[in-house]
Amino acid sequence: MNELPQQLANGLALGALYGLIAIGYTMVYGIVQLINFAHGEIFMIGGFGALTTYTWLPGGTSLLVAIPLMIIGGAIAAVAVATAAERFAYRPLRGAPRLAPLITAIGLSITLQQLIWAFYPDAKKAVSFPEFKGESFQLTDNLYIQRADAFIFVLAPLCMLALGVFVSKSRSGRAMQATSQDRDTAKLMGINTDRIIVMAFAIGAAFAAVAAVAYGLDKGQINFEMGFLLGLKAFTAAVLGGIGNIYGAMVGGVVLGLAEAMSIAYIEEIPGMQQLGGGAWANVWAFVLLIVVLLVRPQGLLGERVADRA
Amino acid sequence: MTALLEVEDLKVAYGKIEAVKGISFSVEAGQVVTLIGTNGAGKTTTLRTLSGLLKPSGGRITFDGKPLSGVPAHKIVALGLAHSPEGRHIFPRLTITENLQLGAFLRTDKAGIEKDIQRAYDLFPILGERRKQAAGTLSGGEQQMLAMGRALMSQPKLLMLDEPSMGLSPIMMQKIMETIVELREQGTTILLVEQNAQAALSLADQGHVMEIGKIVLSGTGQDLLHDESVRKAYLGED
Repeated sequence: MNELPQQLANGLALGALYGLIAIGYTMVYGIVQLINFAHGEIFMIGGFGALTTYTWLPGGTSLLVAIPLMIIGGAIAAVAVATAAERFAYRPLRGAPRLAPLITAIGLSITLQQLIWAFYPDAKKAVSFPEFKGESFQLTDNLYIQRADAFIFVLAPLCMLALGVFVSKSRSGRAMQATSQDRDTAKLMGINTDRIIVMAFAIGAAFAAVAAVAYGLDKGQINFEMGFLLGLKAFTAAVLGGIGNIYGAMVGGVVLGLAEAMSIAYIEEIPGMQQLGGGAWANVWAFVLLIVVLLVRPQGLLGERVADRA
Repeated sequence: MTALLEVEDLKVAYGKIEAVKGISFSVEAGQVVTLIGTNGAGKTTTLRTLSGLLKPSGGRITFDGKPLSGVPAHKIVALGLAHSPEGRHIFPRLTITENLQLGAFLRTDKAGIEKDIQRAYDLFPILGERRKQAAGTLSGGEQQMLAMGRALMSQPKLLMLDEPSMGLSPIMMQKIMETIVELREQGTTILLVEQNAQAALSLADQGHVMEIGKIVLSGTGQDLLHDESVRKAYLGED
């Protein structure tokens, strides 16, 4: 049986998840040239916010009602933490050498993980998340789409479309582009760049919360460490696609997701490479892909050459 | 009559290094005032402080009767002070039209904005021809035109131009200087910073010569143009 369509679908679902998280890295980097290493934890907080919202709902609430509320609850939690981090951790360091906010981001990442570990009820191990059970959608003989995957297939393009329209058409979006291209000159136009920076953090956090709900629905559980590796992968996707470019984040995510799915399915079938295939090696192949792409296109797939930015 | 812009004993420091060491000058409505001087004299620092990008370490700035101390840059534009920065700083990946629209970011009168964009195209026809092009693809002179056009889009009471002739070909420089004359004739108040002292002084009502953070000589444009020390130091005469 040809399993390629199924592998492609799995890869796309994973890639869309990476892409949604990668938006947060790329937007913040595009505007303040900060790699927000705490963004993986913002994703994780989004998951816990959604779970908390779920526990507040009356028992027996249908998931179709619960999910939108969980997204809202998760987004509120993620946006609140991300904008507080911007205000109190990063803004005071604006103008400081770049290493200072980077180290702050790493510190914040560890702090947020430990806060959830210490204070969220029963979060010292994985906590269960409502699972999006029920029958998969069968598209063809050999292609099934899980419900959780269908969720992300619908939401990821919607989010991207909304963001694309917002950035290119709205007044705030135009101000965002101006701020990312030249912050001081944006101020001279009358743009409150502090507000734009907060907005970039908030949008990234909201997208991460959507991703976190998708992740929880798929796995049936979340944990305080889940942002670490996924955050790293999403950051990889952002770099792969060209950091600073919102479409690059999604493209990078999808390429990375497909590459992982393909490596899991097919590498062990290559003669002599049986030991290098399967799920255990997927991360290795993901980073091999990153290295190869960066060797050929250091600016990433959709990135602009640095010279053009001057 | 009080001046549109009043600068009193302005001091600006980068860390411990004082770049502007207590300067005073004023700009009356309708005037063209120029600051000339060599590199490092503090001219650009002065403009960046007036537009709020830098904080003064001392002194007072009064614009249109209001003190500017503590007002953030994005609110100073709203008061009517526009700044076309040194090095042009157009938004390279936005189109010419989008750059001009950003110059009118705080305005809400759509029809008026359209009219002023058209006015910018009349002033600089080349911008109109390339309106859909990314601004980063323009030549240096064209970018300078765009930067000036963009600054005018906020309908400023005072237009500050920092080194508009820098790095331009003689023909392009001529064009930019002619435009400044044209703007002056339309009644625009201009504070012009220039290294090209000859060009700046010949069209200015008032001029101030800056050296290492201080104003060392002031006078009308014509006076300075004929001043012997200015001729020696800035106009390349023996």
